[in-house]
Amino acid sequence: MGAPPVAGDDEAFHEALRRDDPELLYDRAPCAYLSTTPDGTIVRVNETFLAWTGHRREDLVGRRRFVDLLPVGDRIYHETHYAPTLRMQGTAREIALEVVCADGRRLPVLVNSVLDRDEDGTPVAIRTAAFDATERRRYEREMLATMRRAEESEARALQLAQTLQQTLIPPAPPHIPGLDVAAAYRPAGDGRHVGGDFYDVFQVATDDWVVVLGDVQGKGAEAAVVTALARHTVRAAAVDHASPSDTLRVFDQVLRRAETERFCTVVLVRLRRRDGVWRATVACGGHPRPLLRRPGRRPEPVGEHGSLIGLLSEVRFTDTEVTLGPGDALVLFTDGVTEARQRRGTLYGSGRLEDVVDEHRGSAADVTEAILAAVMTYQRDDARDDIAVVTVAVDGSPAA
Amino acid sequence: MDAVARHRIRVSGVPDGQPIVFAHGYGCDQHMWRLVAPHFEDAYRVITFDHVGAGGSDLASYDPERHGSLQGYADDVLAIVHELGLEDVVLVGHSVSAMVAVLAAVAEPDRFDKLVLVGPSPRYIDDEGYTGGFSEADITELLGSLDSNYLGWSAAIAPAIMGNADRQELGAELTESFCRTDPEIARRFAHVTFLSDNRADLAGVTVPTLVVQCRDDIIAPVAVGEYVRDAIAGAELVVLDATGHCPHLSAPEATTAAIAAFVGR
Repeated sequence: MGAPPVAGDDEAFHEALRRDDPELLYDRAPCAYLSTTPDGTIVRVNETFLAWTGHRREDLVGRRRFVDLLPVGDRIYHETHYAPTLRMQGTAREIALEVVCADGRRLPVLVNSVLDRDEDGTPVAIRTAAFDATERRRYEREMLATMRRAEESEARALQLAQTLQQTLIPPAPPHIPGLDVAAAYRPAGDGRHVGGDFYDVFQVATDDWVVVLGDVQGKGAEAAVVTALARHTVRAAAVDHASPSDTLRVFDQVLRRAETERFCTVVLVRLRRRDGVWRATVACGGHPRPLLRRPGRRPEPVGEHGSLIGLLSEVRFTDTEVTLGPGDALVLFTDGVTEARQRRGTLYGSGRLEDVVDEHRGSAADVTEAILAAVMTYQRDDARDDIAVVTVAVDGSPAA
Repeated sequence: MDAVARHRIRVSGVPDGQPIVFAHGYGCDQHMWRLVAPHFEDAYRVITFDHVGAGGSDLASYDPERHGSLQGYADDVLAIVHELGLEDVVLVGHSVSAMVAVLAAVAEPDRFDKLVLVGPSPRYIDDEGYTGGFSEADITELLGSLDSNYLGWSAAIAPAIMGNADRQELGAELTESFCRTDPEIARRFAHVTFLSDNRADLAGVTVPTLVVQCRDDIIAPVAVGEYVRDAIAGAELVVLDATGHCPHLSAPEATTAAIAAFVGR
């Protein structure tokens, strides 16, 4: 039976195939090829491998194991990963190794191996093909280096954000004689980003304190800059301006002149004690009004709405003064509380907040923690916005 | 998560038999024992598991601090022993797990009946008067070698490199294959393993110990096996006529016989 009739290019192709005997296919294959005993002793190797590595056949066959041709690091990898994989799976593919050439140069290769077994399943031989991977290795190294740099830079950014956040929130509110103050802060999501909520409690004079709580629009470094500006400006302005609304007015002017598009909402409470009685003056700048809770009465908002800070050419702020007796409490909070939302559900809202404040009449810490816990539970521990709460309660039970 | 799920623990053999726990070495997982462990199922309660970071373990349980030393891995083994309520344990540790076994047995000698250390090395790096087989530069080179294979291990990136249909199948195969290790954990584990020095811990072993060693092992040479035997009071050494670092794979019958002869006494 003769060859089927062919013509033109097909004929030349088939002729080439006929001349390409198995020996040539093996020795001149475009990959390095070697066979070893199951323990790795080289029994056969092709011309391509010898040409690539400069080794002489007589130095390898029967004398060296494949693992002997690897640098030390690859030997460990070979013994701990490659050899076990080959034994157990019968094949190992795309293992990246380097072969030490005769002149000491290293040839990066990608190695595929198969383990041949006899009829009883006993390993007989390992056949290994190695592909020159010089360019690919360079590419992968660059890729890996880029990835590591990105990871490092992300880690640095995270650390910076957390350090910054720590400087914006006081570790614990100061102790004010006669008052019970507690604060809670929880950044949105996984806490990796600098949030915009802040609070501060500081003393201006004897029996004269300021509590400020606010929310800078946005997140990240620029929000942090505005937060820092807010804290410092409010502290400075409060010294010169007894009235909270005047303090907010100064802060508004400073923020509008600052090189930022960010605006902010703030609630400011000035607490002064005269003749043993605490008076609180409340001013809001675009911020939810704080809750005032008195013994035996349901909590209700106190103060008047004011303008957003840093946005408008004309602003209006109002001072509201209340007297705080024993057992009274003021609860300041950000919209991360009232606007907490369940997935596709309704907002947490002021009604639920008032319920929690109504039900927890213990210490300031008690009601503060109860609010945080209730809001976190409501949104199933997935806070989309920062949450800040500050509670100021007057010590003692109400007079009988 | 409990230890059983964390380490993908497998228990077989005789339920009320003496427990024999097989701990795998660096670079692979509990499948390494599949040619040896089944031979003990007739008489023992056989337990295999994956170290955290290896094989089917829960990667989220990896704790850089806890697993920053071999003691952390030993504590994992003790947690397994406690959770399963094992007493009179025969603990078989290969490679780095040989030293993990030593640390576990030093911490709670009463829990263990016998130790079998396969290819142990208390220190891989040469030191004055000690031949471990490697220099610190060699270990740095190993980490480079792990990097070279990082992308090959990283299933998420793998399909993007070759961009052909065959690659997708390979990616899946790698993901499901034996000896799977998270690349970043493998790097850290390499540090912990190959930079460890547990020579001083050997003297603390009071449990009867067998050292099983290949005649030709570039990772733990015979001299190291002899060192371990000499450092543990009453320890015995069996040198197998096998090559490589994994006699339980390359010479499973001889390895099984050596372990069985020792633990069956």
